[in-house]
Amino acid sequence: MSLFWDYTLNGVASGMIYAALALALVLSYRATKIINFAQGAAGMLTTFIAFSLLTRGWSYWPAFVAVLLIGFAIGAATEFILIRPLQGKSELNPVIVTVGLLVVFEGLAGAIYGNASRGFPPAFSQSGLRFGSTTIDFSHFDLFILCAVLALMLALLVLFRFTALGLRMRASAFSREIARLLGVRVGLLLTLGWGLAGIAGSLAGLLVAPTSAFGPYYMNLILVYAFTAAVIGGLESPVGALVGGLITGLCISYVGGYLGSGVEPAGALVLLIAALMVRPEGIFSRPPARRV
Amino acid sequence: MLEVRDLSVSFGAVRALRGVSFTAEPGAVTAVLGANGAGKTTLLRTISGLVKPKDGAIRFDGTELIGHSVEGVARMGVSHVPEGRGVIEELTVEENLRLATLWCLPRRQRAASIDQVLELFPRLQAFRHRQASMLSGGERQMLVLGRALVSRPRLLLLDEPSLGLAPLITAQLMGLLREQTEGTDMTVVLVEQNARSALSVSHHAVILNLGQVVVSDDAATVAADDALRHHYLGF
Repeated sequence: MSLFWDYTLNGVASGMIYAALALALVLSYRATKIINFAQGAAGMLTTFIAFSLLTRGWSYWPAFVAVLLIGFAIGAATEFILIRPLQGKSELNPVIVTVGLLVVFEGLAGAIYGNASRGFPPAFSQSGLRFGSTTIDFSHFDLFILCAVLALMLALLVLFRFTALGLRMRASAFSREIARLLGVRVGLLLTLGWGLAGIAGSLAGLLVAPTSAFGPYYMNLILVYAFTAAVIGGLESPVGALVGGLITGLCISYVGGYLGSGVEPAGALVLLIAALMVRPEGIFSRPPARRV
Repeated sequence: MLEVRDLSVSFGAVRALRGVSFTAEPGAVTAVLGANGAGKTTLLRTISGLVKPKDGAIRFDGTELIGHSVEGVARMGVSHVPEGRGVIEELTVEENLRLATLWCLPRRQRAASIDQVLELFPRLQAFRHRQASMLSGGERQMLVLGRALVSRPRLLLLDEPSLGLAPLITAQLMGLLREQTEGTDMTVVLVEQNARSALSVSHHAVILNLGQVVVSDDAATVAADDALRHHYLGF
């Protein structure tokens, strides 16, 4: 039973990371209906930038904030420079561009930092929390992951639900033409959506790095898990990304714990196929319009 | 005043508008009538910037609209209600209305302006916080008309507002449109298939045929001309 709770706590912590990257996928998909396959690699690249800043003597938190801002800039620039010119053309073109960008980012990181894995310092201790004489398999860093992703979700919820900017962003995502006819500068808001996705992706990169073999390719498997999470939750729902991330994290943790870590990617694939077969539109997809 | 001069639009080899010219006066409803494919919707989409013309000029209160972005034209006070009840289904009724006020009204005036519009459409008041996808066809049409009015436009472009609506609701909407126009400086261009209904509320009428203006006259004169009505409007 103790193992079950350990796996559950591990699943929650890793699920929150998948949720952060799934959120990044959802934000860019909501804005432009494009899956950004380079999202994980962009998070990897910004985490390497954080690594450079830390090795140059920056303390953790200024580097953390700087990297989130750089993530925003990379996301916004990707939409503005690479994605926007492809609007109205073949749907395959942006897919090819984002896959190409993934290869470019990984190649760039490999060329600058080398392909070997290295350690990345965590923001907090990775030893288990203690309650009296009992130590649980959930560290201060895991707690930080939980709080950081929930804080990001909350900030986005407030932005989308309670601000004029968020209303404009939702309108631009749901109906581009009507939003433009109502005076909304849609292009700017789509760029902003990709910028926010860049922040979420960078956060995911920073949160994964201390718990994995940090190198140019460490986000690839996380991207697969995050994609699974986004599909489970519904590709256009930020709340779905959170719930999908938790479901994916828990499932992968149980599969890894009981069947061995080598089976984890296969477990994610089975989960993805099951989700597509049972509810392809995702748990939190928008209800279809009622015809009257 | 809206002045359209020698406006031509082509989609590949198809010439949708050919040298269209007319004027629409403030405080009046100008009906644009014609059969399917006459170019009515293209005309409105060109005025609001959604379609780029091949040639011609569109001036509103002395300002050339061609060359501005769609959102730029909207921010000049042009409100275009597209064909097909263009509500944003995922937003609530109130959010649809609020969206139209964001660029044009100070924060303090937005709530009052929305309340005024909801007084015009009491049916929408009850559904204020309901998702727009849950509204009936008539309610959606009320919402898009309300959304257009809440921004207090100087030029209102309405594309087929009666499409698919019951005659009673159509009559209510048309009556309201005339009420909201007369005595104001709002210019209204109304595109309609339902020519009888449109002529009953319009001051001026323009008839398009195969992308060309064939008649531009007082609505009452057009309505009284049996031959004209039979030939171009089918009633």
